[in-house]
Formats: sequence, C-alpha cells, structure tokens
Amino acid sequence: MDPEILFLILTTAVKIIVFTFVCTLPIIAYSTYAERRVSSIIQDRVGPNRVGIPLTLFGAKKDIPFSGLLQPLADGLKAFLKEDLVPAHVRKFFFWIAPALTAAPAFLCICIIPFGSSITVFDQPVKLVIADIDAGPLFIFAIASLSVYGITFAGWASNNKYSFLGGVRSCAQMISYEISLGLSLIPILMVFGQLNLSDIVQTQAQNGWTLLPLWNEHGSIFDAGYWQNCKEQWLLMIPLTISFIVFTTSIFAETNRMPFDLPECETELVGGYHTEYSSMKFALFFLGEYAAMIVGSAVIVTLFFGGWSLGFGLDAAISSMSLGGLIHILIFLTKVIAFVIFFIWVRWTVPRFRYDQLMKLGWVVFFELALVNIFITAGIIMLLN
Amino acid sequence: MAIIKIKRPQLTFAEKLYLPAVIKGLSITFGHALRAVLGKTPGAKRNFNSSGLGITMQYPETKWDDQLPDYYRGVPALVTDEKGRERCVSCQLCEFICPPKAIAIIPTEIESDDPWAKVEKRPAEFDIDMTRCIYCGMCEEVCPEQAIYLRKDYSMTGLSRSEMVNDKERLYEIGGVRTGLVNKWNDIK
Repeated sequence: MDPEILFLILTTAVKIIVFTFVCTLPIIAYSTYAERRVSSIIQDRVGPNRVGIPLTLFGAKKDIPFSGLLQPLADGLKAFLKEDLVPAHVRKFFFWIAPALTAAPAFLCICIIPFGSSITVFDQPVKLVIADIDAGPLFIFAIASLSVYGITFAGWASNNKYSFLGGVRSCAQMISYEISLGLSLIPILMVFGQLNLSDIVQTQAQNGWTLLPLWNEHGSIFDAGYWQNCKEQWLLMIPLTISFIVFTTSIFAETNRMPFDLPECETELVGGYHTEYSSMKFALFFLGEYAAMIVGSAVIVTLFFGGWSLGFGLDAAISSMSLGGLIHILIFLTKVIAFVIFFIWVRWTVPRFRYDQLMKLGWVVFFELALVNIFITAGIIMLLN
Repeated sequence: MAIIKIKRPQLTFAEKLYLPAVIKGLSITFGHALRAVLGKTPGAKRNFNSSGLGITMQYPETKWDDQLPDYYRGVPALVTDEKGRERCVSCQLCEFICPPKAIAIIPTEIESDDPWAKVEKRPAEFDIDMTRCIYCGMCEEVCPEQAIYLRKDYSMTGLSRSEMVNDKERLYEIGGVRTGLVNKWNDIK
C-alpha cells in the first residue's frame, strides 16, 4: 500500500482513539462528578466526597480514600450491574434503539473539532483534527439533528403518557432551536469567509479571538500598532456577540439543559422521555446528554473563544515546537471544561422556562434576532470595506 | 360582583431583555460559590454541626445523638426490673396493636413453684422483626406492664433478614434494667 495512505490511516486511527477515549469520555464521566460537586458548592452542601478504592471488599482493613473522585467509576459500575427492566408494553425495536440513537450523534460530532494545531510525526505535520472538512458547523447541525430521532423514539416506544409528552416536547424544542443555531452562525461565515474549523481557529490565533480581540497581526493591546488597526475587530464584535448569545442559548436548548429542561424535569413529567429506562440504557441517555453538552461547549469555544489558541501571538511560538500541538490540546480542554462549569453554573441560576415561553423564544425572538444579525453583520462589513 | 381588571406590572426595558437579570443572577451565584470555597458561608463556620463544606453534617463522623429529644422513638426493647424479673407478661396487646405486625409472641406459663407464680404468664418467644417495625411507639403506649420501651438507637443494620429479627434475648439485652417503674406484682405489705 502507498505509505502516504497508510500513514494517514494510522494517524487517523490514533487520533480517534485518543480524542474519544482519552480526552472526551473521561471528561464526560468527570463532568457528571463536577456537576454534582459544583452544584453542591453553589447550594451550600457537600456532594459526593467519599468514594475511594474499596479495599475492604477484598478483606483489607481500610479503604483508600479518594475524596469522591472515583464516583464516576462507581456510577458506571452500577449502571452495568443494575437490573435492566424492559416493561412488557413497550415497542421493543424502538425502545432498544432509542438510547443508541441519542448518544451516537453526540459522539460523532467529536470528529470535526480541532483539538490542537498540529504535531510533527516522522517529519510530517499531523493536524490534530480527526476530519478536517470544509463544512465544519454544517456537519454538526446535520448530525446533531439525528439525536431528535432517539428522543422521539424513546417517548413513543415507552407507551406511557408522561414519556410521550416529554418526548414530544423535547423533539419540538430541539427542532425549533436548530433554526436559530444555524442562522446565528451565518455572521461567522461572513466574517471568516469559510467554515473550516481548523482554519477559523488559526485565523483567531493570529487576529484575536472573536469575542476577545485583544491582539491582531500588528501586536497586542500593549502595542500602538494594534490600536491603529483594531477598529474592524471591535466593530465586528457587536454582531458576533449577539451571534454568541443566540448560539449559546440554542445549545442550551438543544441539549435539554437548564433553563430549557422542561422535557426531563422531575416535577413536571416524572422522568420525561427516559422514565421507563433503567441501568445501561438510561446511562446511555445520560452520557449522550453530557456528550452533547461537551461537544456544544467545544464548538462554542472553537468559534468564539479561539479554540486551542493561547492568544497574544504566543501560538506561533508554541506551534513551532514539535509537540506544541499537545500543549494546545491542554489549552483547548481547559477552555471546554470552563464552559462546562458555566453550563452547571447557569443551571442553578436561571429558573426553568414554561413551554410556551420556550417556543416563543425560539421562533419569535431568536429567529428574528439571528436574521437581523445577518443584516447587521453585512452592513458592518460593507462599512469597513 | 364587580369585574376587577388586573394590571400586569410594566416591565422596564432591561427586564424585558431578560439578560441583565440573568447576569445579575450569575454574579450572585458565583459570589456565593466563591464564599463557599473560601469558607465564609454560614455553614462553613461549623455551627450547624456541619462539616465546613456546607450545612451538611458528615455522618458518621459527626452525629447528632446528643441533640435527640426525650420523646425520640428508636429501636423497641424489653426491660428488666431492679429485682431481675422480666416485666413482660405476654399479654400480646403490643402484638395486637402493632400496625405492620412486626411483633410475634408465644406465651408460656410460669410454673407454680416459681417465686413469681402469681404472674402466671411470660413470653416463651418474643420476636420483633425490625424490617417491619415503623418505630411508631404504639407498643410502648399500650403496654400495661411498662415492659417495652423505644430506645434512642436509630441505626440498626443487618446483612440478612434473620439478623434483622430481634428475639427475646436480644431484646432484653438491648433494653437492660429500668428503675422507677410501678411494681404492681409485689406482695401487699
């Protein structure tokens, strides 16, 4: 076989394994732990702080205390060992396939996110992106829309009026917010001229992040050259901030996360569409929700906060190191984790929206706002040229 | 009845926008979280028997046993007299009144050569199934012999159902000796 193709296949396989199993899945597991701990800090309580290595199960005298850090492992073990109840009145095919259909699209979206710049392997540069396609966000919209199927199947197949209502509400909510999700990214396309996520991050590394344009090609805010050339960046920040607000709120709605979690809150609908699910199927729904949250945060970080770039012109220095891409991965993961904590923070701050308020926000407010935003961006770009 | 028109409160522009309120809320939550981490919230001063991380008490390192009120209802137990006599005469009133039927009694007679022969009955077997007991205290209320009392223990655990059934020995062991009771079976002076 052609050594080029072999190299490509090998590096892609390694990237898939590392980005999914070493980067994303542990972050998903620990974001469940972080959710419980951060929620309890906000709420004046303790959260899980006792799980350690249970050596007493094997006859030793004391457990090794780990202050609750092994809680996700304990939860995962519980999910495997719990009894998997399938009620007799469900439609079996859709009941079984629904959790997979919800979780798989969230994991699929990991492949276009640029985790880092590039590293040099055997004198060849390898970009730290699994699939460097030119239609980045479009891929995410297409694939993330598939998770609507999973939720609809779950609500319908459970043969239970509360699940059905939860599934219908969730499906309608997700579809409504996909419009504003897509429309709010058109200003980004107009400003950057392309949708290739790695190139967008590269441009942001050189010209300042979209929402924090503190440097450009002529230096950072400490240099005079920056201030003479920065009018464009700051003017464009106005419509792009509106775009950021619409996009972030739509991501909250897409992942059924507070304040939009009416389909799955306990007070309204028992468990919503995942009422009838137990053990591993429920764990898949749960994992899919957190994976969608993390992928959403990763896309927001990539488009609006510079992805893997550190800023202030230091990225060229980091990229010139042969393993500089790995440092960039750490920077990227830090930003994503900060955003996930923001998700948790918002959950305990904003009260839940009523369903009609939610739909009005999606169809009336955000749709119009995103459309108007496109015209504003076009106007500003015309002004600047 | 007159029709009352309700005037909805007029929202200011900032309130209609909703985002300023969200940002203000985020700052309140963030400030609280910072104070919790730095140890400045009310619970952190360890004044609610808390652990320092919040108002939560870290059981079993910190317990609340010294604050239990006198009327606290814990595990039921049988008591013995100062004279060493078991007070229960197996009248089975507690068995009758127990709502979840946790008590099971088999009475037997006291032999005529026993010093307490006039009492006539004692329980041969007295089982309280702690997986059924609801700690209501009805058995303590109904007992005419002041023989069964609810103690202040609350954590009773076992690894099997048979371990969770308290038989007569165990009940007297938990109950111990209780003084100051009415000894109606004593001889008339």
